Amino acid sequence: MQTETVQITVKLFASFRAGRFVEAKQTCVPGTRIADIISRLEIAPKDIGMIMLDNRHAEPEQPLHAGARLSLFPLLGGG
Amino acid sequence: MDKICRVNMSDLTVTFGDVPSAWAGLGGRGLTSTIVSAEVPPDCHPLGVNNKLVFAPGLLTGTAAASSGRLSAGAKSPLTGTIKESNAGGTAARMMARLELKALILEGLPKEKAWYSIHINKNGATIHEEHEVEGLGNFALIDVVEARFGKRVGILSIGQAGEMRMSLANISVKDPDSKIRSLGRGGLGAVLGSKRIKFISIDDEGTPLVKLADPEKFKEASKRFSKTLQDHPVTGQGLPTYGTAVLVNIINEAGGLPTRNFTYGQFDGHEKISGETIHDTIVARGGKPKHGCHPGCVIQCSQIYNDADGKYLTSGFEYETIWGIGAGCCIDDLDDVATADSVMDDIGVDSIETAVMFGVAMEAGILPFGDGKGMIRMMREEIGKGTPLGRVLGGGTANVGRIYGMTRVPVVKGQGIPAYDPRSIKGIGVTYATSPMGADHTSGYSITTNILNVGGHADPLKKEGQVALSRNLQIATAAVDSTGMCIFIAFPGLDIPDCLAALVDMINARFGIELTMDDVTNLGKTILKMERQFNIAAGFGKEHDRLPEFFSLEPISPHNVVWDFTGEELDAFWDF
Ligand code: SF4
Repeated sequence: MQTETVQITVKLFASFRAGRFVEAKQTCVPGTRIADIISRLEIAPKDIGMIMLDNRHAEPEQPLHAGARLSLFPLLGGG
Repeated sequence: MDKICRVNMSDLTVTFGDVPSAWAGLGGRGLTSTIVSAEVPPDCHPLGVNNKLVFAPGLLTGTAAASSGRLSAGAKSPLTGTIKESNAGGTAARMMARLELKALILEGLPKEKAWYSIHINKNGATIHEEHEVEGLGNFALIDVVEARFGKRVGILSIGQAGEMRMSLANISVKDPDSKIRSLGRGGLGAVLGSKRIKFISIDDEGTPLVKLADPEKFKEASKRFSKTLQDHPVTGQGLPTYGTAVLVNIINEAGGLPTRNFTYGQFDGHEKISGETIHDTIVARGGKPKHGCHPGCVIQCSQIYNDADGKYLTSGFEYETIWGIGAGCCIDDLDDVATADSVMDDIGVDSIETAVMFGVAMEAGILPFGDGKGMIRMMREEIGKGTPLGRVLGGGTANVGRIYGMTRVPVVKGQGIPAYDPRSIKGIGVTYATSPMGADHTSGYSITTNILNVGGHADPLKKEGQVALSRNLQIATAAVDSTGMCIFIAFPGLDIPDCLAALVDMINARFGIELTMDDVTNLGKTILKMERQFNIAAGFGKEHDRLPEFFSLEPISPHNVVWDFTGEELDAFWDF
């Protein structure tokens, strides 16, 4: 039997892009949390400044649904 | 000893006087707003004989304190009709501090139609009639003034827009590389133009170091302060690497990037004008990603952006300009945005007001959305030359909206709303509505906590806590704006307790006083209330502390939200 998977889109910003990507589709099993993707991308949790899931701020423990758009930012500012 | 210099343009005289004791503990915005409140009749015409233009360096300017070289300018604003303070980097503030010039007050209006300049050095200040500078842009003017006084001279100047007293006009401040920073907002360039002063040159040759009451204590506090700026990831790494434009992608992701004159919250071309793209373009073309707007800034959020041939195109290329010309007007060609930035510096117009105005002008059909080349032409040929259309555009966002019968006119108290949509980032909306300056993001930068997770987090889509957040930030900002510090010290200030403690210690060591943190907070409160009092006397009531109606009527994508604060909720801002 085939394991069920879901597709999500991950977008990376600023220094997170170095050696990784700007935007990529990722496949994961249902119930995968944001933190699992962060660790899959080998980003240290302490370097995460902001997480946005479908244009809203999110926490690492939140699960990802099919078609989710996940954006990861280091701590940044401007103004 | 510190002194106050008054230049009276009505009788062309200069006087130096002692600092009144009530002004002794003030600097920057605290001092400009105090002087304007005390001496400018709130009901005066901003371009008339009774308005005064005040320049003041901050309390710590001229010392070794990191990022302390900001200059405040204050007057009654011709754009808003309210009190105004605008601050910028550049070299002038430091020179004023070295000359022990606590404030420079320009008063009166000349009777003749001549143009003048003011030269300040250790021997005093002199007024000169000018014959060769009328009609010059700021870059050509800097060349002329440097040829006269040498490369080091500090310069405050206006371009053609200021000469024509346009409400868009700003005051340019020369930076360490003979390029330009701007006292941007509120049309202060028109006030300088009304007094027929084309430029002020400042020479601090032969001045002693700024005196410190307790040099040892100062050194220790200054070290601690710098360390917090270097330790915080935003001021230590993010800002120097990507500049403020890193916000393009962030605010776009959050759905708060006002696009096509505040019609959408996201811009398809965001990646092309992002901080990441700007960084890579600067590096590929041999520019400098990291650059300070004044000597002694350790953060260095500015940059030098070259054109495709590797030649200097612009610097001080800020998020708000890039947003406004870019997403606001749907222009996704970065070189067009950079060229517009440089032209705005040259003719001397506020890049935020000009960009917001062009969004309305495009919606009005004066030129198509996305037409970067057309916009640059209009800046040079219409605004810069003062054609009838140029005068309409030069009157600012509200003016263009009124003349063309538009309803989507993003202004508060007549000043264009910058860079963050208040429907989807509600905390900044409270600041836009209530700031005595009119719509001004820097006066209470709720983006920190709403979006950037600095100083905690408040959901940008919810109303809870936003009024208190904006209040606390506006109070703190009014105090920080009085120190000469760049407002970006707020990033470590919100997260690292020793940052503000060290700041207070530096002020105490500089003057030999014993301020506490509470004193500093109270200073911020006093300044805000004083500015509001001026506005009330100038005819602004609580009904002016509101956002334009369209924000409540038109939901913005992708969150499909409207501005939903009641008047009562906003009025609670002033309960302190
Ligand atoms: S951080 Fe940027 S704006 Fe602030 S003082 Fe430094 S260069 Fe100027």
